[in-house]
Formats: sequence, C-alpha cells, structure tokens
Amino acid sequence: MPEPILTVEHLTFGFRGRQLYHDLSFSLAAGSVTSLIGANGVGKTTLTKLIMGQLTPTAGRIIKAPQLRLGYVPQFRNIDPEYPLSLRSFVALNQMGRRLPWHSKQEKAAVTAVLKETGLLERQHQSLGMASGGEKQKAYLAQALLTRPNFLILDEATASLDVNTKTELMTLVNQLNQKHGLTVLFVTHDLDLAKSFTQQYLLLTQTGYELRSTDEMNEAAMPKELRPTQEVR
Amino acid sequence: MFEYEFMQNAFLASTFIALTTGIVGVFVTARGMSFLAHTLSEIGFAGAAFAVLVGIPPLDGMLLTTILSSLSVGRLAVRPGRREASISAISSLFIGLGILFLALSSKSSSYATTILFGSIIGISRADVWQLVALAVGVLLTMTIGYRGLAFDSFDPVGAQAQGLRRNLLSIYFLLILAISVSIGAQIVGSMLVFILLTLPSAVAQYLGKTLPQMIAISVGTALVGVWLGLFLGYVTNWPVTFFIAVIECAFYLVALTIRNRRER
Repeated sequence: MPEPILTVEHLTFGFRGRQLYHDLSFSLAAGSVTSLIGANGVGKTTLTKLIMGQLTPTAGRIIKAPQLRLGYVPQFRNIDPEYPLSLRSFVALNQMGRRLPWHSKQEKAAVTAVLKETGLLERQHQSLGMASGGEKQKAYLAQALLTRPNFLILDEATASLDVNTKTELMTLVNQLNQKHGLTVLFVTHDLDLAKSFTQQYLLLTQTGYELRSTDEMNEAAMPKELRPTQEVR
Repeated sequence: MFEYEFMQNAFLASTFIALTTGIVGVFVTARGMSFLAHTLSEIGFAGAAFAVLVGIPPLDGMLLTTILSSLSVGRLAVRPGRREASISAISSLFIGLGILFLALSSKSSSYATTILFGSIIGISRADVWQLVALAVGVLLTMTIGYRGLAFDSFDPVGAQAQGLRRNLLSIYFLLILAISVSIGAQIVGSMLVFILLTLPSAVAQYLGKTLPQMIAISVGTALVGVWLGLFLGYVTNWPVTFFIAVIECAFYLVALTIRNRRER
C-alpha cells in the first residue's frame, strides 16, 4: 500500500455540548479516491474543516504528509445570472502568487492549462452567471486546481446537478486522479456515485464509522436517508 | 473655460474623483455594499457640518466621521439580516446630527446646500492637492491589495476556502470606501456621491466580463459623466451635480438595455 498522505488518529471534536466522532482513526493513501458519506449532521463538513486546519480537534490528531497540498471545492456558492465575470476570470481569481494586479505570462498559461484540463477552454469567455450547472461546477473545480493541489476535497460537488452532468464531473475527477495521482476526498449523499466513481468509502454515523472498499458496500445496511430509493430527483 | 482657476481646480479634482470612485465602485457593487456607500455619504454630511461648526475644512470633518463610522457600521452590519435596520438607524442619527451642527453654526443655509449637493466654485487649489493626494493614496494601496480584494469581492466562498484573511480585507475596504466617499462629495456633494460609486460600476457589471474590462468601463463612465457635467454646468449655469446624475443614469439605462438584449 502506498504511503498515507493523511492520517487521522483518535479524533474527537466537540462543540456546543455535542460531540462528533468517537475515536475516529483512518488513513488515506496517496492517489486514493474516497467518498465521505453519512447522514446530515454527522460532521462531514466539520471533518473537512478539521483536515484543512480551519478547526482544531478537541482530542486526537491529524497528520499530514509533508508533500500534502490541499485544494478545496466548497459546497455552496451563490452565483446569480447577473454575475459578471467570465469563466476564465473567475478561475483566475485564485491566483494569489503575486502582488501586482496584472497577470504574468506564466500565470496566464497556468489558467489556460487548468481550463483545458477541465474542458472549459472553449467556453472560457462565457459569463459564469449564464453558465450551466455543470460548467459552474467545473469552474469551481478549475479554480481549486489552479494552486496545483495533490489532495482535493470536493464538498457535495454534485448535489445540484442532473445525472449526466454528475457522471461527467466525476469522470473528470477520476481522470485527474489517474493523470496526476491526485488524492480525492469526495463528500456526498449519493451512494450510486460513491460506488461508481470512488474506490473506498468512509461512512460516518452517530455511533461510529467504517472505511471500506466500495465493492463491499451494502446499501441496505446504510443509514436510511442515504439509500438510493430515498433519492427522488 | 480653462482660463478660470476654479474650472481648472474642478476638472483636476473631478478627474481624480472619477478615477477613484470608478475603481472602488466596481468592488462596492461586487460586495453588495451600495446601500452602505449611501449611508457613509450621509455620515459624511454630518462630518462636514461638524467641521463647519468647529471651523475646520469640511473634507477633514468628512474623513474623520466616515472613517470612524465605516469601521463601526461594518461591525454592526456583519449579519445580513440586521444590515438594513442597523444602517437605517445609523443614517437617521447622522443626518439628524448634521442638521443640528448646521443649525448651531453661524454659516448661512447656502453652506448646507454646498455640502449636500456639491459645488465647483468652493474648491481651492490647496483642497485639490489634498484630494489628489488622498486619491493617489487609495489607488496605490489598491494596487497592492488588488488580488485579495478581487478574490474576496467576486468569490467570497472561494476566498474563504483558500484561507484568505477576509476580516482584514473587509476593514481595509471600508477604509478605502470612507475616503472615496469623502473626496467624491467635494464636487457632487454628499447627497449624490453614491451616484459615482454605484452607477458607473453597475454599467461595468452589465457590460464587462473581466475585471480589467469592468474597471475600464466604470472609470470611463465616471470620467465622461464628471467632465461632461462640468462642461454643461459651465455653459448653462445649472448645477453640475444635476448633469452628472442625468448622464450617469442615461449610461445605466443604455447598459441595462444592451444587457437585456444580450440575454434574449
């Protein structure tokens, strides 16, 4: 098994009198694709915040490999149809390497490369506000990829998309995984997607957790609200 | 018309005002702070009235109150649900204070008109240099803070995900906004300074697709407005602020029409 890029040891996090995770311990191998599943309120987003260092564990620790470079695609953005920037300009916002307002040649090339990789290059001048849900989500992904992370957290990235667009986005994520060895943690409610596009799943429940290969997933044993039949779209 | 020193002063001052408010306005609109810009100008009115009362230059009085209050308003208005009510409360208080200060001072009511609606005659060469220095200061710090401000204004969620220090950025921006309001009010008056902070940037938002495009459109719209406004004011002897308001509104309507056509 390849070296772990992230190890979580005996993690507990308490807030407002509640306690999440009881002795949560797992490690993720470099280049693995893992879905993080669980009912609402079990602490999926909190776990991503702990991994990113935005929150501090109450007990236990999170060990990051020295080469770890985190990228994060947030759960929700409020982009209305009036939003002015083009896809390209939106993606380029994450270019914080220099102080000067104008972008260097290398920076422009980096934006082009990321747009190409996410299949947005031809639509780069389209305004983000008028883009489709799938294009928006790809632009969010492209923006996070601009800093060249090797560990990407996708928070409910597919929640508002139709089935075809979901498949397209996850295929893209898998391609990135294969091409660059990108480690992926995919937070989701969607068991079908987890099965088709991730190698293993980390299930969080009120009382514990399990980390298994998605081949061994038993949907019937999953918490009620996660079962596919519950998902009406 | 340039043989008159007051016209030279007015053109020089307006050019720097349009540059500053045009650029700052793009971020005001992106951050959804048009309403706050309006409030700050009312607070500026109180500051200018206070300055008249104690006998210091109105610009100094405006800077003092807008800077102090932008920081406290920013804090009060953090929660979106409370924003409108807090801002209304603060503007009522400051307009009230402004009226009181004017009543207590011995200056005539025409002075109040000048503060509220602007004047191109009252501005001296020394005032102009102070204004230019402030504008250049704002523009220089914006060159340094540009990328962070752009990210935070146009994609707050992404900026947070990247761990940007958003609190610092927002305080910095409020300071810049306070200074822009104070200098803008010297020509168009505190009542209408928000025209220059919101309309050119709204035009830019409808027509521009990249940030440099938006800044160019916004500055251009503001510049044409103040220059043409000054010229028409000179020719007709009508208030310059009236012309600026009409021109900016016309730009806005044209931009809106173009935008609607595009979307169809």
